[in-house]
Amino acid sequence: MQFGVFSVGDVTPDPTTGRAPTEAERIQAMVTIALKVEEVGLDVFASGEHHNPPFVPSSPTTMLGYIAARTERLILSTATTLITTNDPVKIAEDYAMLQHLAGGRVDLMLGRGNTGPVYPWFGQDIRNGIALAYEHYGLLHRLWREDVVDWEGKLRTPLTAFTAVPRPLDGVPPFVWHGSIRSPEIAEQAAYYGDGFFHNNIFWPADHVRRMVDLYRRRFEHYGHGPASHAIVGLGGQVFMRDNSQEAIREFRPYFDHAPVYGGGPSLEDYMEQTPLTVGSPQQVIDRTLGFRDVVGNYQRQLFLLDHAGLPLPIVLEQIDMLGELVVPVLRREFANGRPTDVPDAPLHPRVAASRELEASPA
Amino acid sequence: MTDRASSPSRSLVVVTAGLGVPSSTRLLADRLAAATERHLADAGIDARVEVVELRDHAQDLTNHLLTGFPSPKLQAVIDAVLAADGLIAVSPIFSASYSGLFKLFFDVVERDGLAGKPTLIAATGGTPRHSLAIEHAIRPLFAYLNAAVVATGVYAAAEDWGTGGVAADGGLVERIDRAADELAAAIAAREHQPVADPFADPVPFEGAALPARTRTEAGPRTRPDLAPPGSGAA
Repeated sequence: MQFGVFSVGDVTPDPTTGRAPTEAERIQAMVTIALKVEEVGLDVFASGEHHNPPFVPSSPTTMLGYIAARTERLILSTATTLITTNDPVKIAEDYAMLQHLAGGRVDLMLGRGNTGPVYPWFGQDIRNGIALAYEHYGLLHRLWREDVVDWEGKLRTPLTAFTAVPRPLDGVPPFVWHGSIRSPEIAEQAAYYGDGFFHNNIFWPADHVRRMVDLYRRRFEHYGHGPASHAIVGLGGQVFMRDNSQEAIREFRPYFDHAPVYGGGPSLEDYMEQTPLTVGSPQQVIDRTLGFRDVVGNYQRQLFLLDHAGLPLPIVLEQIDMLGELVVPVLRREFANGRPTDVPDAPLHPRVAASRELEASPA
Repeated sequence: MTDRASSPSRSLVVVTAGLGVPSSTRLLADRLAAATERHLADAGIDARVEVVELRDHAQDLTNHLLTGFPSPKLQAVIDAVLAADGLIAVSPIFSASYSGLFKLFFDVVERDGLAGKPTLIAATGGTPRHSLAIEHAIRPLFAYLNAAVVATGVYAAAEDWGTGGVAADGGLVERIDRAADELAAAIAAREHQPVADPFADPVPFEGAALPARTRTEAGPRTRPDLAPPGSGAA
């Protein structure tokens, strides 16, 4: 099972000081976070993609390429890559290039994006969101698997005799996750292709997460990719930890109360009860996260959101240290416990898989 | 859940946005519900009535707007409205229109959730001068939602609870009865509509990916290059 951190890349003032980082500071903070994720022994760093303030990561492959050069083992991913407003040709090229530079340590998560104006800014229409996700990915999927593509769709200019370069590293396309909070069409799409399905698991009660993942698993089997229990599932999660829960709640509350996504709404306590947000001790985070398996079954990837709502970098780095020292080692052990041996891990590029095997084998 | 198409039982949900306790809006809602129940009984139909006081969900409605998902309690109310065979919606008239609380609720019920649903609209106000707010504010809202709104909307002004209730030119009592009769007839004429579950019955991807206009037949699988039905991209 893989563990990691995903970042939205928001520039939000720290509500306790009123100070917001500059774009330069925030971009460097994301890089520092990614390096920390590798340092403490986690597996994945994923960057968001946004094209409007107050967010900085508009160009994920530039950032991930830089992080690739400064890391050895970390898998570089996205949360999410906008399949709707990006040209699928450019996604094919950018992520194949990143794959080469990172020695295969790359996968990506596709999402639609829910910011209305971004669609017209990129010449698209949000009402075509699902249609764009279907058509663009249909093309992307072929561009990585066929050397020469003739293609005609409805939402992008046709291609004749087109070859996306570079070709995927060793001819193996990056593994793709499809992320969606509430659209069954996207779970269906992930199942159709036998790709991974990721639920961000942050804004939504557990029952909805269960229904989305159940649908994906059922349809994964229907499309002949293997039993439902072999489908590749990833979840998000959101935590804030201190040695004891009272301390954690006291320190996190101002960030929660002023967070752009839920500030002014429910109380921290209600929100924790209704969603997977966990603010408490490392043991509480362990217990809650292990509980996700009861909701979605044995799964392959757990990403945590830590660096948002204006939390300052030193605190975020402390949180990653706690994950690495106190939480993830226990989660690895406990999730492995009782996990049927036939449940697959998230696919790795063959080069990465080979190097992992080499590390694991006795010298 | 079983299909109740052949069952002589129907569910009626009453949504009231009154604020006072007791409120005249709730009073009107109860009278409308009782009258509808009576007319359904006359048609041999047993009505299961559920009254929703939006005041009880005001905080959750605000939270839903801010967070994008309903609390379990609010979800149960939304589910009841979606599953109902008939709806009675009653708002006080504030500033020449339905109240903000009333609108908040119908803002978070999914767009197609009320389509075709037999619906009775009603309102209360301090003065009869605002009675047309039903026609210029509430009826267009439900027209947008494609609800099947019955012809008679019932407005009750303060005086209607006294002399106006039995006025010779169509008092409140008579208007309640006429509207309830219309609603009961609409409910009786329509089979129970089970709520579609997109998670249980997804639109199959193969169905969404109809014959591609793609010119190359190569590739490991058929190509889902086309828009799904209903995407508006056709």
